[in-house]
Amino acid sequence: MRGLRTLLLVVLSASSLSVAQSSSLRIPAHVEAGTPFEIQTQGSGAAVLYIIGPSDALRRNVQLGESVAFGSDDLHNAGHYSAFIVGGSISDSAQFDVLPSHQPATLSFLAKPSRLPVDLSGGISGVVYIFDVFKNLIIQPQEVSFRLSVSDAAPQSRTVTSHEGVAWLKMNSASRAGVANFQATAGNVEERRIIQQVAGNPCRLRMNARESGDRVALETDPVRDCSGNAVPDGTIVTFTETYAGNQSTVDVPLKRGVAKTELPAHKGALISVATGVVLGNEIRLSGGQ
Amino acid sequence: MATRILKSLVPAFLVFAALLALGADKPSVRIGSMDSVGPRTVEKQTQTSIVRDYLQAWQSLSRALAQNHAAALDDSFTGIARDKLADAVRDQANLGIQTHYRDRTHNLQVIFYSPEGLSIQLLDNVEYDIELREKGKLLGTQHASSRYMAVLTPTESKWKVRIFEAQPLDVSGH
Repeated sequence: MRGLRTLLLVVLSASSLSVAQSSSLRIPAHVEAGTPFEIQTQGSGAAVLYIIGPSDALRRNVQLGESVAFGSDDLHNAGHYSAFIVGGSISDSAQFDVLPSHQPATLSFLAKPSRLPVDLSGGISGVVYIFDVFKNLIIQPQEVSFRLSVSDAAPQSRTVTSHEGVAWLKMNSASRAGVANFQATAGNVEERRIIQQVAGNPCRLRMNARESGDRVALETDPVRDCSGNAVPDGTIVTFTETYAGNQSTVDVPLKRGVAKTELPAHKGALISVATGVVLGNEIRLSGGQ
Repeated sequence: MATRILKSLVPAFLVFAALLALGADKPSVRIGSMDSVGPRTVEKQTQTSIVRDYLQAWQSLSRALAQNHAAALDDSFTGIARDKLADAVRDQANLGIQTHYRDRTHNLQVIFYSPEGLSIQLLDNVEYDIELREKGKLLGTQHASSRYMAVLTPTESKWKVRIFEAQPLDVSGH
């Protein structure tokens, strides 16, 4: 007898969890978006059933006491819905929820920045919102794999579990400059973004001088960052000549990885070179005027 | 004398009653702390504007569905959220019905602010009333409780809702 009572209680609680009901309507409490479902009506006579939510509205003429079938095309949008039934002497309502499908169909993948220096810790961020085929955000946790790869270097991979529909992470930029593929995958869906990784700040700067008459020709060695990547052309290198208390400066952009210029060759002048925060070597002229 | 005093109090009472009525239409709002949202810190100014713009979005939603006027959505919604709500407005117009959403209480919790500051996600345990009308005739009313998830993105002048989706109170993405 006690067992029977417990069983009855379990059955009753299970049914109240799975069905939203009023005196005239029995609706599944949760319906998956884009799947067929039925609403059972009670009573007799003709009535109109309205299903409304912030993303869909439906109206059906029904015969009370019969069930109303909804097809897979009827409710696509996840959300909280209200069902109203209005007939000659009846006016009743119930509520139910449409849930997103569990299968990812599209990813909204935001990768930032699109260009950054190499070897930057946590420099790249990836944010993924996961949607089902009806563009409902899938709130159930999903595994999202992120992979950052550059040619001739081992890729970085990490898997993140989404929380409330979003998965995100930060990654370090690779040590090799070039085009990086940043890829996010959830289920069978893949999205790819391109990130340009450029050389970092110059690591070491060295110039050579060649005196010729009253001029001195200056040329740097190829300028590279600390990972050996060529610093981009256009980066400014500054040559400074100090002589008899006067200073003259020339700014030269890198061209094919080196900077070249000519300065007056004053005997005893001190020439220095710098780019960004890096100071290069100094040369004291022994010849010249 | 007493009548004169009472008469002089009438205008003041009417103003008070009007203010009370206006106040009654405003939802009560509770906002969870945004101090440890992450990964990006939510600055004070952002905290204020996000709440203001989200609550305004409910007013836009309410107006659009009550008047079957999709353009009312443009000020607060964009992208998927705007498209889906506009579909509902179109459905309602085709069926000749209107719905009046009146948000009564909001319990807001910001749960994610993206590293680059381009999206902010919040959960809102909201209580609201819905009126269903057909050609102006009231067909039914309902009180609803639901958990809305909204993702807002910045535009030129304000935050707009890009994703707007209700979830059952007993289901979460945790």
